[in-house]
Amino acid sequence: MTEATLIQGVNQALRIAMAKDPDVIVLGEDVGVNGGVFRATDGLYKEFGEKRVIDTPLSENGIVGMAIGMALQGLKPVAEIQFMDFIYPAFDQIVSEAAKFRYRSGGEFPSHLVIRTPYGGGIKGGLYHSQSTEQLFTSTPGLKVVIPSTPADAKGLLLTAIFDEDPVIFLEPKRIYRTATGELPEGDARVPFGKARIAKEGSDVSVFAYGAMVPQCVQAANVVEKMGIHAEVIDLRTLVPIDVDAIVGSVEKTGRAVVVHEAPKFSGFGAEISAMIAERCLYSLKAPVLRVTGYDTPFPYTLENLYLPSVDRIARGIERTASAT
Amino acid sequence: MAAVPEGVLPLPYGERDLAELLGDGWKEMLVRGYRWVLFGRLMDSRFLGLQRQGRVGFYGPATGHEALNVGCALLLREEDWVFPGLREQLLALVRGLDLQAYVHHLFGNGLDPSLGRQMPCHPTGRPVAYVSMASTVGTQIVQAAGSAYAQKFRNDPGATVAFFGDGATSTSDFHAGMNLAGVYQLPVLFVCANNQWAISVPVRRQTAVPVLAEKSKAYGIPGERIDGTDFVRVYATLRRAFEDIRTGHGPRMVEALVYRMNPHSSSDDPTRYVPSGWMKEAQAHDPLARLEELMDRLGLLSSEQKEAMRKEIEDQLRRAIAAAEVAQPPTPDTLFRDTLSEAVWPLTEERDTFDRDQGGHFP
Ligand SMILES: Cc1ncc(C[n+]2csc(CCOP(=O)(O)OP(=O)(O)O)c2C)c(N)n1
Ligand SMILES: [Mg+2]
Repeated sequence: MTEATLIQGVNQALRIAMAKDPDVIVLGEDVGVNGGVFRATDGLYKEFGEKRVIDTPLSENGIVGMAIGMALQGLKPVAEIQFMDFIYPAFDQIVSEAAKFRYRSGGEFPSHLVIRTPYGGGIKGGLYHSQSTEQLFTSTPGLKVVIPSTPADAKGLLLTAIFDEDPVIFLEPKRIYRTATGELPEGDARVPFGKARIAKEGSDVSVFAYGAMVPQCVQAANVVEKMGIHAEVIDLRTLVPIDVDAIVGSVEKTGRAVVVHEAPKFSGFGAEISAMIAERCLYSLKAPVLRVTGYDTPFPYTLENLYLPSVDRIARGIERTASAT
Repeated sequence: MAAVPEGVLPLPYGERDLAELLGDGWKEMLVRGYRWVLFGRLMDSRFLGLQRQGRVGFYGPATGHEALNVGCALLLREEDWVFPGLREQLLALVRGLDLQAYVHHLFGNGLDPSLGRQMPCHPTGRPVAYVSMASTVGTQIVQAAGSAYAQKFRNDPGATVAFFGDGATSTSDFHAGMNLAGVYQLPVLFVCANNQWAISVPVRRQTAVPVLAEKSKAYGIPGERIDGTDFVRVYATLRRAFEDIRTGHGPRMVEALVYRMNPHSSSDDPTRYVPSGWMKEAQAHDPLARLEELMDRLGLLSSEQKEAMRKEIEDQLRRAIAAAEVAQPPTPDTLFRDTLSEAVWPLTEERDTFDRDQGGHFP
């Protein structure tokens, strides 16, 4: 065990996977000599060489399309899209191709690849360096969608992603790349998909979150604790596959639920969680499900702290849900 | 005469060449051009400094691109439209974008015409037909074809110019935009500012074609590469290109070879990837030093005049910065405007419950 940051967890997973399996290839813009603009791939170019750590031309559809072709041949590509905001040129390759290869070929051509990309706000990135559009991918059957919130999960979930059999969209909360710190288990310590993590235990309200919103929710839970409200914070970790049992189990226990994400509310992933709770836990509910989210607008630069769910805004939402009768 | 920095390549023009290449009034044009090139240089160094002090959040310099931006701007007419890439803010200012408005934008305050919504160096410039940009590389190249189609369709006398970098030539939008402009023979100038880097990726890893202008052949568009640090060459080449475009001879592409003399942006550390020696080559191609050498040789500006110019620019910047720094941030109600022409649910509800949800510190 060593103390590390979330981005070091990503870096370690890549290094371990590449050392273990010569079929693992990293590709993307600035991932080689520069080690990635956030340094996620730092040192890999030196260690594994330019054939396995590829500085690509500026072409996201090129990066993902090429990764799919490599995957069809049996390589294990890990593509980096520099910011989630720049994934859209590759949308066609992801949605029409990666997500559908297995299905359309009757299983003959599974296309397993990982697309890593930093997402989310809080770094003063304005419209095009801040977005959270996980729902575009969770609503596309044929993709797995993973979002870690701790260094150990970044490492363990990325290792699982690389050795998985399906296309995985791996979203990295860039805002906490360096502020989320924690113990990193040694070696190939994989974390399974589809298992949520209880970030803080509680009995009064269930709070569901992922990525950079998890530490915010834990802080908000600490705030309301002083008022005697015990919130349970659940880190979903993987949105596809989703841990239905963890969600239903927690809401049956607390009878109250708050869902928190950075993305806009309308048609966001919180709508899926809310519907799941309505469909399965209606008779346990003591209050309406509440969503605390980014506003239904593009992402602003100067006012990003008002746009993003703050600890205060989340705490207020938890308090309102806990006191609703 | 100010000493030309060591190693700077002189511009090889005499008075007769200049009259022919630049046209009537070339002396006044050069003085004006020099002033704006200097302006760009001083603005970059001032704002990189402010960024380092944490007074602005981000800055993307265009140091090394100044001759290209200014040369093009001086040739544009009011009815022309500009679809910028990442480094054409100076061009907007030369066209008449209000400096104070731009500096408000760099500070992201409430007087920014785009209300502090975009990162610094992403100005919007409707008054000077400078189109609001995304950070996304390449998207503007196709839109420029659409703009030029509209101009042709309406028999509008204006032309469209699209700027983009060397990296952007790898995008599918470059292909789409060039192809469309070729097919419909549109009045559009494609300017590739090849500064030889796309963040850390050198242009030779971007494409196997050594000269980017060659790509235009595949679309039936005449293209040429020029030295984009030579103000005279830039002006003369674009002048001819605009003449062709304005007389209905279809699209043109110009690749201007420049040197990115500063980091990609304030977030970048080029010591990780720029080889030693490259910056020396860049210094030899400094567009400001090269133009200054020419001005000195022709005796177009005395050192006193240059000094006065510098002082005047620095004062102008200082005043604009002082005003922007005390301006208030955008008010929260701006969050709820302009997503659609009128807010729809649930944004209307988010607006109406804003005070309750945000109301100060909790509990
Ligand atoms: C579609 C897209 N992918 C990636 C990025 C991240 N990015 C910003 S600038 C840049 C390099 C651009 O290089 P170039 O086109 O040569 O322009 P320059 O910055 O050199 O002016 C990259 C990769 C982006 N903005 N847009
Ligand atoms: Mg470039």
